[in-house]
Amino acid sequence: MPLELFLDLYSPPCRAIYIFARKNGIPFELRPVDLGRGEHLKPEFLKVNPLRKLPALKDGDFLLAESVAILLYLSHKYQAATHWYPTELQARARVDEYLAWQHTAVQLPASNVYLCKSLLPHFSGQPVDPVQLDRLLGKLKPALQHLDGEVLAAKPFLATEQLSLADLMAFTELMQPTAVGCDIFQDWPRLAAWRARVEAALGPELVQDAHRLVLQPRDPQDAQRDPKLAQELVQRLLERLS
Amino acid sequence: MGLELYLDLLSQPCRAVYIFAKKNRIPFELRPVDLLKGQHLSDAFAQVNPLKKVPALKDGNFTLAESVAILLYLTRKYKVPDHWYPQDVQACALVDEYLAWQHTALRRSCLRALWHKVMFPIFLGEPVSPEMLAATLAELDVTVQLLEDRFLQNKAFLTGPHISLADLVAITELMHPVGAGCQVFEGRPRLAAWRQRVEAAVGEDLFREAHEVILKAKDSPPADPTIKQKLMPLVLAMIQ
Repeated sequence: MPLELFLDLYSPPCRAIYIFARKNGIPFELRPVDLGRGEHLKPEFLKVNPLRKLPALKDGDFLLAESVAILLYLSHKYQAATHWYPTELQARARVDEYLAWQHTAVQLPASNVYLCKSLLPHFSGQPVDPVQLDRLLGKLKPALQHLDGEVLAAKPFLATEQLSLADLMAFTELMQPTAVGCDIFQDWPRLAAWRARVEAALGPELVQDAHRLVLQPRDPQDAQRDPKLAQELVQRLLERLS
Repeated sequence: MGLELYLDLLSQPCRAVYIFAKKNRIPFELRPVDLLKGQHLSDAFAQVNPLKKVPALKDGNFTLAESVAILLYLTRKYKVPDHWYPQDVQACALVDEYLAWQHTALRRSCLRALWHKVMFPIFLGEPVSPEMLAATLAELDVTVQLLEDRFLQNKAFLTGPHISLADLVAITELMHPVGAGCQVFEGRPRLAAWRQRVEAAVGEDLFREAHEVILKAKDSPPADPTIKQKLMPLVLAMIQ
């Protein structure tokens, strides 16, 4: 059985893994898991990841969760080009530093913006709450300020002089609010330039392919399919965003 | 100038770095940064870490933040025993998995437990509603149970038969609510046994030394008003 990657391309870390695997010619079976339909809560997926989260990897009997762990595993196992995760000690440490920092500094606030702008309105049928959106954008601002004002002032990519796993993770995370109409690049020129460099390095077609789903407007009918699930989701989202 | 480690043992990730460096006899200069006095907000410290957080490392001109990155840097530079971060790709991946998961899971719960139960009322003089405290402790309970059921299970250590960076990071996190008076190991014999094994592997004296500060957290004198004003917004941002 070849490598299986359990992904939902609505999710930024899933997109990072998808892009990485495709870019590096890693052979894999894509196992789509539709979060919006609660497929991650089904018994079959529980066997893959008891924490019910995406992304997840299955390599024979070996199961692995957490996007950072999966990217590192794929880098090592398939001997990806060294720019992704440099061999030099200090360069590698810079990538590790970003990958650790981003969980709470980037991923959390960026996904909250997305949830407020897109997922919550979609499932609740209510319009976006502009006060809440503004507050959540404010929570993302320190990270953007740091990346634009400090990190990218010193170098072209986030960790080193070349594209690395840090850029890949950051790119898919920052595309999340952007794809649904909150262009977080517009106030940050170095970040905008970095985004263009990353897209060019990854390949525009691959980037477009990975982002196809999240760039599409959601079909309102989707939310009505399972009203009970929608209601539960709305409840959890409201708690999370409060 | 050799390796410098900027630490405050009040902080969980600082304890992990301290124990790791000491256990592996890594020569370093300890640069204490007193968080409760706001020393991490100084201009001098901003030269080491512009994000104004501990732990931070300085090795010649090279500065590094983030405990996981620091632990990995030390692992590689000082060629520590393999069990801390195995060469085997799958064994290593399991350590990476834990180190990634913990940022928004155990770290968060443990930090909130300490601040809601002890630091807000005692150090900052800000009451915490019983509902908020109850919710935080309930969340801690769930996360600790996850640690046991999903990661430890029936193994000797979190990712296999030997102690790794995962165990060190986890145990130093759990000592945060312990310092706050939460009995996280009570009613959890598997986890309690794991704790004993980790302490024994690290060395009881070193473990005790690293945890002196957190175990006295309840005795923190109240913050003076200037400090409190400086720290409040940062603390609120940190624990949300």
